[in-house]
Amino acid sequence: MEATAQPEAPIIKKSFASSTFMRVAKYTGVRLVVLFVTVIVAIYLTILIANMGGYVDTMMRAEIEYDITQAVNANPANRSMTPEQKKTMTDQMITAEINRRHMNVPLALRNATYLVNALTLNLGQAIRMVSDTGSRTVRLILLERLPATLLLMGTSELFLFFSSLFLALSLSRQYGSWWDKIVIALTPTSAAPGWFYGIFMILIFAAVLKIMPFGGLVSTPPPTNPVLFALSVLKHLILPAFSLFFSGFFLSIYGWRTFFLIYSSEDYVDMAKAKGLTSRDIERRYILRPTLPNIVTNFALTLLAVWSGAIVTETIFLWPGLGRMIYQAIGFYDVPVIVGDTIIFAYLLAITVFLLDFIYALVDPRVKIGGGSQS
Amino acid sequence: MNALKNSFREILRYPSAIAGLVAVLALVAVAVYAMIAIPYSKAIELWRGGEDVWYANPKFAPPAWINFFRSKKLPVSFHANSADGGMEKVVTPGSGDTATVKISYTFDFEADAYPQELMLYFTTTYKDKMPFASISLFTPDGREIRVADTGLEPQQNIRFSQQDRLVNRYGGGQQQNVMQGLFSDPKAATPTPLKGKYQLVITGTTFEAGSTIDANFVFHGLVYGLAGTDMYRRDLMVALLWGTPVALAFGLLASLGISIATLVIAAVGAWYGGWVDEVIQRITEVNMVLPFLPILIMIGAFFNRNITTILGATILLSIFGGGIKANRAIFLQLRESMYIEAARAYGASNMRIIFQYMIPRMIPLLIPQLVSGVAGFVFLEATLAVLGLGDPTLPTWGKIINDAEENGALYKGYYYWILEPAVLLMFTGLGFALLGFSLDRIFNPRLRGM
Repeated sequence: MEATAQPEAPIIKKSFASSTFMRVAKYTGVRLVVLFVTVIVAIYLTILIANMGGYVDTMMRAEIEYDITQAVNANPANRSMTPEQKKTMTDQMITAEINRRHMNVPLALRNATYLVNALTLNLGQAIRMVSDTGSRTVRLILLERLPATLLLMGTSELFLFFSSLFLALSLSRQYGSWWDKIVIALTPTSAAPGWFYGIFMILIFAAVLKIMPFGGLVSTPPPTNPVLFALSVLKHLILPAFSLFFSGFFLSIYGWRTFFLIYSSEDYVDMAKAKGLTSRDIERRYILRPTLPNIVTNFALTLLAVWSGAIVTETIFLWPGLGRMIYQAIGFYDVPVIVGDTIIFAYLLAITVFLLDFIYALVDPRVKIGGGSQS
Repeated sequence: MNALKNSFREILRYPSAIAGLVAVLALVAVAVYAMIAIPYSKAIELWRGGEDVWYANPKFAPPAWINFFRSKKLPVSFHANSADGGMEKVVTPGSGDTATVKISYTFDFEADAYPQELMLYFTTTYKDKMPFASISLFTPDGREIRVADTGLEPQQNIRFSQQDRLVNRYGGGQQQNVMQGLFSDPKAATPTPLKGKYQLVITGTTFEAGSTIDANFVFHGLVYGLAGTDMYRRDLMVALLWGTPVALAFGLLASLGISIATLVIAAVGAWYGGWVDEVIQRITEVNMVLPFLPILIMIGAFFNRNITTILGATILLSIFGGGIKANRAIFLQLRESMYIEAARAYGASNMRIIFQYMIPRMIPLLIPQLVSGVAGFVFLEATLAVLGLGDPTLPTWGKIINDAEENGALYKGYYYWILEPAVLLMFTGLGFALLGFSLDRIFNPRLRGM
């Protein structure tokens, strides 16, 4: 019996291995293509909206014509020119400016160029926005704003994620308690966005108590000593970071708490309790382990949120991050900047979604990559 | 029907649900009152009106009730018109066609601070000979302060702080100097307001038969009304009241539209499966890549700020979101239920199964989502308004905050300006969120104990 079974085993194993490989490869390929197509469509839509189907062009053309006509007429050096000369000069300058902004190329073609450039991360030049170093390169503008956003969003989001996770875990053990009831009662506070609490924070701590700055990244003039500089940034960070943190805090705790409660009412948890395991062991092995995929997903989405910035909170606190930049870019009709910001977010999202499938399979033995079609 | 009655009875057992329900009903009542008391066209006219509508109000004035919380009282704004009997007016015929018109008004001044400005708006009628008036203010201690002697054109405005006589006497430069001079106790070492009854007396003379003088006395205090005023002297009450129906309508329509559309699309996708489902899934994924708020801002900035456009864009961008994925997962389970199989067996059509069997099953999940969703959309509308992308004609809460931000209300200490709309927003948000959370626990008993 044993002798006959022995030689067959490797064959089975091999075919199993190759089918696993094929399955994973096929799944990976299909998934990558689907995600890439998704990103292409989303970026093309963003480009279309950022142009408003050519409406922005009409506006910008009118603006260029107005600005150049004004400039030519106001220039004292042109005073001796005849109206015809002025007209030809104005027309030439308008044409030059339109060519400089590539507005002579048909919109559909320009959109296609935008799309290809965006997808290859060739972000190009901004139309109006300028980085603090004076560059119009979109990449530089984004990179300049990135640290501020990473600091603000990283602080608030990571703080929010870990504090609510651990508080929820301890609350789920003592549900029905006083603390638990307070958290449930305060959950509706998360209906308000971060900027809303930001206004209250400014009012209380900056305007009335005068112990915190109204906004900005550092005090003016910025301290030259790096330690003092860091402390100044930290002081400016507290109010906006706390506003963002607070607006998500109770809902996040509530969500995790309910989630952990569902898992801690499973039979195997009761069994573990009956066996007399310590609550620490129960938590780690029987509650946190099966919920790990969800925790990982949430963490990945948290990291994504760090990139996207908080438009209104940054605007209200005059925080020079990506959120405020996108708002300014929209105000300037600066399509390259808007598209640049969106494409990077889209890529990050696609990569995260793609990686999550593999992480699931790593942390949860029940999940098989490409096996079955769970939603 | 019975089920509804039962769930209503359930609601009454939860204090948080009652609180939420009361808040929502109160807001609906305010909204209905606002629409009846100030009809839409009137509200727009008031909100867009300039000095001609709001001349009688001071600028940047907090609400009058803050005096209850202050030891030093601020002067309250008021105005009185002789044309409608608000000011006492006595006409004594003189020799020939002349007549003496004496207009007087007595008011109590009990504040510990000086008013912003005093104004007189004269309306006169005459053919050739311009009427003439001398204006005096009698103080409580019996002094007479002569304000001006002037000829009166058909529409003549007198600003007290700009009258040469007063400026020379009290020092010009700032209108505060004149106000201080008028209302100070001359015996006090430091400027202290003199409290008591002041009397404004206008002695006018007309020189023609049929010539008349009427005056409108406007006292710009430091506080005004129930809600205060903004930089255009507008009564914030208009926007606070009208913001309620706008916020409720935006929140409810957006939440309702999104919930129902999401439910139907998820049900159709889950039921038909195949390429229909595939298309829905792909659209959802594309939509989740699109940056929601930047796109709304772009639509507002480039295209149209009309509230219906923004509402439509909000609904369109939110339909294919996380909700579809969550609903679809539940529908996929539901599809395999016995009662669906029974319906299939008797030959029910696809549409009948979707709309009569699958969707009704989800209503208990839908209602709490819908109610708590309202809070988010009320804040979304405010968010756009705070970014300066609110509907240009409508008075809304978000626009009050935007005006306040732009005028540096927090820096200058006009806290009422931001707090009033913020408190209303918070009240609305909390009300709907509370009700939604409680409904969730009532309709979905699996979570009830938790």
